[in-house]
Amino acid sequence: MAAATLGLLATILVQILYKSEVDTIGFDTWRPVVYAYVLWGVALGIGQVLTRGEDGQRALFLLPALLFTIAMVIFPTLFGFYIALTDWNLSSFSGRRFNGLDNFWQMLGDPYYRNALFNMVLYVLAVLVEYVIAFGLALLLNAQIRARKFFRVVFLMPLMLSPVAVSWMIGKSLMEYRFGPAATLARHLGWDNPAFFSDPIIARISIMILDAWTFIPFMMIMLLAGLQAMSREVLEAARVDGATTWQTFWQVTFPLMLPVSVTAVILRIIFKLKLADIIITVTSGGPGGATDSVSSFIYREYRDRSNVGYGTMLAMAYLVIIVVFVTWLLKLANRFVRNVN
Amino acid sequence: MSVQTTEYTVSEIRSPASFITSRVFIYGALVFWALICLFPIYWTITTSFKSAVDVTQGHLIPFVDFQPDWKGWRSLGLSPDSIFQTSTVRDEFFKRFMNSVITSVGASSLAIVIGSLAAYGLTRYRYKFAWFKNEDISFFFLSQLILPPVVLALPFLVLYREVGLLDTRIGLVLLYTLMVLPIVIWIMRDQFNSIPVELEEAALVDGLSIWGAFFRIVMPIALPGMVAAFILAMVLCWNEYFFAALLTSTDAKTIPVMVASQTGSQGINWWSMAALATAAIAPLAVIGIALERYLIMGMTAGAVK
Repeated sequence: MAAATLGLLATILVQILYKSEVDTIGFDTWRPVVYAYVLWGVALGIGQVLTRGEDGQRALFLLPALLFTIAMVIFPTLFGFYIALTDWNLSSFSGRRFNGLDNFWQMLGDPYYRNALFNMVLYVLAVLVEYVIAFGLALLLNAQIRARKFFRVVFLMPLMLSPVAVSWMIGKSLMEYRFGPAATLARHLGWDNPAFFSDPIIARISIMILDAWTFIPFMMIMLLAGLQAMSREVLEAARVDGATTWQTFWQVTFPLMLPVSVTAVILRIIFKLKLADIIITVTSGGPGGATDSVSSFIYREYRDRSNVGYGTMLAMAYLVIIVVFVTWLLKLANRFVRNVN
Repeated sequence: MSVQTTEYTVSEIRSPASFITSRVFIYGALVFWALICLFPIYWTITTSFKSAVDVTQGHLIPFVDFQPDWKGWRSLGLSPDSIFQTSTVRDEFFKRFMNSVITSVGASSLAIVIGSLAAYGLTRYRYKFAWFKNEDISFFFLSQLILPPVVLALPFLVLYREVGLLDTRIGLVLLYTLMVLPIVIWIMRDQFNSIPVELEEAALVDGLSIWGAFFRIVMPIALPGMVAAFILAMVLCWNEYFFAALLTSTDAKTIPVMVASQTGSQGINWWSMAALATAAIAPLAVIGIALERYLIMGMTAGAVK
């Protein structure tokens, strides 16, 4: 095990020296370092079992996932923070140059980034509407109905489909201005000019609808599971006491469903914060960046301008915002659930 | 039994008229939403059989409104008359398709293996790495769920270039594993928690080692959960676009990237686009119908306590 550690360190050292052109022995790419890391991981595992016996065997359950995640997350994130502080454009010849907080100041003054953040707020708020619809659907599926399995499969369908294909199916063809069925329908309903993606506000709503179509089933399934786990006796008791359906829902079902609801909404918000593919394929941020989410904006920052340094700074700032926001959300949710119950 | 009797009385108490209204409302809403879910799919499939005129005039029902034709599928090289001819588009499509299969199956398998092991360890043993205890380690894994792909994407782009993993399937597999690992651990933890510890204790008394007990006793019981986690992971990997779009260019491109690159070119080549979209969603639609039970099981793991 000690040998493997030495091997890893030696490989890294040789590679650093080679890359910084101090010596000439070394490899062309950093790939050997990856191999050395894997070898070191294996050696660490074996070493644990040999030196610590049963405890080592137990540790072996956790080690692979732990080593994998650390290598794949911690290192790139730290590296990302470094890139964020450089002026690195892959298409320019000058290579990277450390420029301190320049990217940060540029970010603060970037109206497009602010707009993207503002859009994320709107998109996240849309989750509440999705939640209401999903709850309604879950109630429907939980009612005494025939062909429940059929409807459940059908309602689940949108979640299966690749968002990119959905973008084309709905965003680019159904909502097509000239002859998409949705546009035709809108004309019949009296909207003369059904351009779903040219007015900033309507375009945002269209994106929300597209995203909702894909992800409502996700919340619906979780809520349905919650409904089915609820004990029937409570509902029966409420009914015997003469409560109307409406009262039963608000005073029994809804409070009992609160923990599941909170989990579903929070998970959905976490997914929503990653929203990118639909926007990239349908509007590519347009019109004029109005529909951009943070992810799609950074994506274009790289794709169109190869601006790795600045893009990473934006991403890192976003990460910090998200972590703070989600932590706050979890705290809030905890307190909320505890207060109601 | 008791449930059925009460159900009976409840429907008796209600007046028949309001009962019928509520039935009509429930089924109306169900059918309405089913239409919303199915129409885009129906539209895409029929469009792949339409010609330009049928698209522009908004014809909807095959054989009544328009004569279906293999036009879209021919351009993909997948129609009956072109299936035996050479077609570059078809070759391209199958290459992308295989890439998608390999990356999603590879990543899901890897995630299941290391994820189940970790989840098992976390539910059964107490760990202490420096000042990290079980709860902290679990939280560390689950918190990866929050990490947006965009944060990792650019550093990985640079790192993969250095390591020589850019535009390779292995590179994608590693990233996708990372992406689905928290979900797998979440599901499997729930799964292992529901298995009584006494089973393994008995196995240990009988002389099995810790790992022997895991493989021979626990794994068979947890298998449905593993299948559920695997399928959910597959779906997520198959549909992933962001990393694939950034990190692949020619060799390792996956289906979503191919679909997206076709959408970009704004020719009104609707039929071939529709055929491509249909072919891209078909595998998952089949999985969704056939393995719906497992998907639901995976999604609801840990949601209801």
